[in-house]
Amino acid sequence: MSGERGERGEHASARIVEGYARGGAGLAADEVWAVEAHLEVCRGCRDRLSAAVGAGVPAVASLVDTVWSGLEPQLAATAPMPRGRRWSARLSRWMTPTMVPWLAMVVAVTLLALLLDLVGTGSGSGSGDVSLVLLFAPVLPVLGVAASWSRGLDPAYELTASVPRAGLQLVLRRTASVLGVVVPALLVGGWATGVMVAQWLLPCLAFTATTLALGGIVGVTRAAVALAAVWAAVVVAPTLAAGRTAFALRADGLPAWGLLLVLGIGVVIARRGAYSVLGAHR
Amino acid sequence: MTSAVSAADIAPTAYAWEILATGLKVRVGRKRMAVDGLDLSLGTGVHGLLGPNGAGKTTLIRTLATVLRPTEGTLELLGESVGGVAGMGEHRALRRRIGYLPQEFGYYKRFTVREFVEYMAWLKEVPKAEIPAAVQRAVERVGLADRADDRMKSLSGGMVRRVGIAQAIVNDPTVLLLDEPTVGLDPAQRLRFRELLQELGTDTCVLVSTHLVEDVAAACTDVVVFAEGRLVFQGPPDELASMGGPEHAGDSPLERGYSALLLNPEQGRGSW
Repeated sequence: MSGERGERGEHASARIVEGYARGGAGLAADEVWAVEAHLEVCRGCRDRLSAAVGAGVPAVASLVDTVWSGLEPQLAATAPMPRGRRWSARLSRWMTPTMVPWLAMVVAVTLLALLLDLVGTGSGSGSGDVSLVLLFAPVLPVLGVAASWSRGLDPAYELTASVPRAGLQLVLRRTASVLGVVVPALLVGGWATGVMVAQWLLPCLAFTATTLALGGIVGVTRAAVALAAVWAAVVVAPTLAAGRTAFALRADGLPAWGLLLVLGIGVVIARRGAYSVLGAHR
Repeated sequence: MTSAVSAADIAPTAYAWEILATGLKVRVGRKRMAVDGLDLSLGTGVHGLLGPNGAGKTTLIRTLATVLRPTEGTLELLGESVGGVAGMGEHRALRRRIGYLPQEFGYYKRFTVREFVEYMAWLKEVPKAEIPAAVQRAVERVGLADRADDRMKSLSGGMVRRVGIAQAIVNDPTVLLLDEPTVGLDPAQRLRFRELLQELGTDTCVLVSTHLVEDVAAACTDVVVFAEGRLVFQGPPDELASMGGPEHAGDSPLERGYSALLLNPEQGRGSW
């Protein structure tokens, strides 16, 4: 039996192929089973089978022809599957399809802040020593994260919440793609304005982690709005009013941001189940 | 060599009911219990979920789809306990075997039908090699094979609804939850949909929420009537039809039975 089992390199014998083509009681049940399993994976033996059918079994050959002629009109109506998929469809594994405009906005804000920074430094007027890039860095990804897990912006939010892939993994995937767009933009901005990388990257990551952590409790969109408001009230307003970088953004504030980041990540991991229910979409 | 039958296909089932709820309560908002002490057991077949507006049908279906957590009571789906104290789990393995069509079916307008169903198949963790065939099969089953590569925004309302059904069945679910799937389908499509339901009901536990009593009469093996968060009736359509008399409102025996039941829920509850 082992010679006909279809192990790699071995093929069904002519006796078995012909017996299978003829049908009836010529083959034992285990032989039929083995040859069928082999035919599924072996193109050569399928060709031999069709040759055997054509040569020796006219009844089956005419049956196959009838089936083909019945199927042909249906096959003609069915469009063949397109070969390549569009890049936007593949991109949807990393971000919701509705997020592209949001990311464009985030990048535009970064560029605008950079432009204002450069103009401001050049003329040396107004809030000259406050970097707008630094000021906006922490809230920009928060907006993107909110857009990736929001009821208002993602029409398929309920479907998305119900799938096995929903949950922390998908949230992190989308967050990573937001950061993947925002961080390079900020990197360029930071480099052009001469702000230390850690000075904006740490608040940026800390805010993102806090959004996700709060989002697991009150919903990602609400968390993002609340954090953006807090940021505006505590950091942006005093900075613009006083005309100098707020304490929170100076180098001595970095340990606090680090602590916030670790806390945020801890809460996200502890409450990872919260992202797979509808509550996180509020 | 690939085997024709996987181990999972021939494994014995470790549960008596696909859906088993005991004393299930689900809170919506701060105070309201949308599902309030529900005992329900559903096996293979097509179950029609009937009830007036605001009865808690959508909340129940969302809970069964594991996107809402039960507040009290126990819920077992395919033998796996959902929510409760260990409610932090993500139920990934369970969700792979659930198909769900929400009442508000949101979709991406710029996607083609195939891209959307493919995306859903990916989200449902269908093995990568099986996705193209599974998508084609699902799209053919809802009769959209000729429109598979058209953008979703070019489809009519009924076609969009059928895409919704296609995405629900793309992972060959064991439990299929459809919330008002016949809204927007024309009469011919509805007939075709009932055939599909009967076909699916032979090996799947299908729960269809609907307003249309005639859908239930034509396609369901079992009717579940739900009012104010509680079960009022569970049984075959004939039994529901026999409860109505000529004095009750309705155009068909089933509608008369349904209105009889809702007039006097207490009487109905004792009889299932």
